[in-house]
Amino acid sequence: MKKILSVLLAGTMAATLAACGSSSTGSTSAATTAAAGETSANSGSASSDLTWKIGSQGPLTGGAALYGEAVVNGAKVAVDEINEAGGINGYKIEFKTADDEHDQEKAVNAYNSLKDWGMQVLVGPTTSSPTMAVASEAVNDNMFMITPSGSAVDCTATANAYRVCFSDPAQGTKSAQYIGQHKLATKVAVLYDSSDVYSSGIYEAFAKEAANQGIEIVDTEQFTADSKTDFSTQLQKMQAAGAELAFLPFYYTEAALVLTQANTMGFKPIFFGVDGMDGILGLDNFDTSLAEGLMLLTPFAADATDDATVNFVTRYKDAFGSTPIQFAADAYDAVYIVKKAAEAANLTPDKSVDEIGTALEEQLKTLSYDGITGAGMTWNEGGDVDKEPKAVVIKDGAYVSAE
Amino acid sequence: MDKVIAEKKKITRSNLITFAMVIIAYIVVEIMINTGNVSSLFKGLLVPLCIYSILAVSLNLVVGISGELSLGHAGFMCIGAFASSTWSMIMKSTSMPEGLRFFIAIVIGAVTAAFFGFLIGIPVLRLKGDYLAIVTLAFGEIIKNLVNALYFGIDANGPHFSLEDSMHLNMDGGTIIIKGAQGITGTPKNSNFTIGVVLLLIVLFIVLNLINSRTGRAVMAIRDNRIAAESVGLNATKFKLLAFTISAAIAGVGGVLYAHNLSSLQALPKNFGYNQSIMILVFVVMGGIGNIRGSVVAAVVLTVLPELLRGLSDYRMLIYAVVLILMMLCTSAPSWIQYRERIMMSLGKNKKVNGKESN
Repeated sequence: MKKILSVLLAGTMAATLAACGSSSTGSTSAATTAAAGETSANSGSASSDLTWKIGSQGPLTGGAALYGEAVVNGAKVAVDEINEAGGINGYKIEFKTADDEHDQEKAVNAYNSLKDWGMQVLVGPTTSSPTMAVASEAVNDNMFMITPSGSAVDCTATANAYRVCFSDPAQGTKSAQYIGQHKLATKVAVLYDSSDVYSSGIYEAFAKEAANQGIEIVDTEQFTADSKTDFSTQLQKMQAAGAELAFLPFYYTEAALVLTQANTMGFKPIFFGVDGMDGILGLDNFDTSLAEGLMLLTPFAADATDDATVNFVTRYKDAFGSTPIQFAADAYDAVYIVKKAAEAANLTPDKSVDEIGTALEEQLKTLSYDGITGAGMTWNEGGDVDKEPKAVVIKDGAYVSAE
Repeated sequence: MDKVIAEKKKITRSNLITFAMVIIAYIVVEIMINTGNVSSLFKGLLVPLCIYSILAVSLNLVVGISGELSLGHAGFMCIGAFASSTWSMIMKSTSMPEGLRFFIAIVIGAVTAAFFGFLIGIPVLRLKGDYLAIVTLAFGEIIKNLVNALYFGIDANGPHFSLEDSMHLNMDGGTIIIKGAQGITGTPKNSNFTIGVVLLLIVLFIVLNLINSRTGRAVMAIRDNRIAAESVGLNATKFKLLAFTISAAIAGVGGVLYAHNLSSLQALPKNFGYNQSIMILVFVVMGGIGNIRGSVVAAVVLTVLPELLRGLSDYRMLIYAVVLILMMLCTSAPSWIQYRERIMMSLGKNKKVNGKESN
């Protein structure tokens, strides 16, 4: 009995391995044919056999799914728009997404599955930790990757990785400079998520720069991902320390709770956020009057009136029924940056991943791009973007430039 | 006497099947890689398969053999990962050969995790059942949160620690290795499939031998009837602690492999949180509590499954959950077992007719 069972179990194992093997054989051969000329059924373009294969990945399930969805949707809008206009250098784009569950290991799996599909350029990953893990894998293939929103410093440590958003230290430093130069306050309290790469990265840079700007940090409070619903203790301490300005370097979902709870206890300093705060006005069940006077540094505002932003927001709303957040705008720009660089290098999709990677990396050194998340974006040697953040303040439920 | 020898032979044979299974799987995969029949996705999965198999075996030692429910295994994995990764980061710039550095990293990971296992085990193993589960669960979360708050750097004056932020390290140049929530980046990628399989075989060898040793029988005796075991002079605490410590050390080894497989190491709820501990427990329960070979198979199947389901995109996790429920029913529900046994019986009868032994 036991013996039969063990044989069965061993059989199951062998079968799984074999199943992986056979399915992988299929996909590798698919990848090789894709390189020679796309033949598979999922190819949308009938006229031209050759297509660009752009992949994107992010958390599409789990707690961070909001950001992954925004990135893949934003990229999708750009891809559809480019395809309507005739593609890149006359070749249409095929777009595929993979779920990385905001986990390093799953992110590498997602990257590998996209690679098996024949991906040539990666617009992603969405979040910082997966970006670092994927970048160190992708550099072996010299796969060009541009992360819309992976903001930790080390995300672009490899030669093949670039980003559209600010790095965390850049945001912290710029926030401190802005507060110092505009003399918003001298007594500042900081509340940040100590378990989050993004939040703690911004805080550290902010604290370093604050000293140079004559800002006194009177109180520093932390919370973690496990306890982010009740902030009353932290807020009370910040209030007791006499803070004139509260710096909140984290995402708008938590910020909405902070603002609500601060209002209840009558704590009314200037609230100052970073780009993660963008989206707070679109949050369900949030009383936007609580956000009156909230300042934030952001490269993107969904209600800006320039043609490019209006066009993007309209298309996004039509396709997905919601207002895009900054992540989506970053991804939209990322696809266009790839387009511009590929056109400047006169690339065609029949080149290998390595050739495309080298050519695009060469282009990004000199490229200047005007997008919806900033004008005149350029990239430095390390793959970091150089663009100016806009400071906005919320008045009557809308962003108003703070300048 | 004959019976004892026959029993021993059976155990040896069963163990050999386990080893053979792993080795054959390894050879098949190596052949497939060398003939170029393997996708990048599957290649990337090979090391995680070894990691989760090792973790499943490790937890099975506590849950199956020692009979205690531990929900903190991701915590030991986390300790092993961070300890070994710190070592590798410190030694990265020196001229130490890579093989030796990684070997020491494995030892450090195992020893540190074992130390914490021992430390936690002393108070915790006085508890039983649900209480033990809750305490180990809390332990896992504490480790994760501690690591998320820990800053560690090294400069000319020696090591610096802080639980505040990197400014409080008061570093004089030097490098910061653990940056709180930002974790460790740049760990050398030393893990590969061969090392993973070798470690899995070593772990299997240790665990299977332990189970069939005097110590293993003592541990099982305590599991089955503590009072009876104590009445014949067995020191219950000692043996339980032993099994728990070994299990922690093995989980630490899994953590070492994990840390050296990815270049960035952060303690996220996903990889070192209680979800991971429960996932490891699922491997054990599905493979059969106390069945070492089963845990390896279950770990492989359940790690590969979500990746095979990628084609289903949004329905992936739903289907995965449904498949998991069905598999659990199939392996554990009494009516399913009865049904399965009936089929087995009829198969066995046929075999007897052919003159072969059944059972």
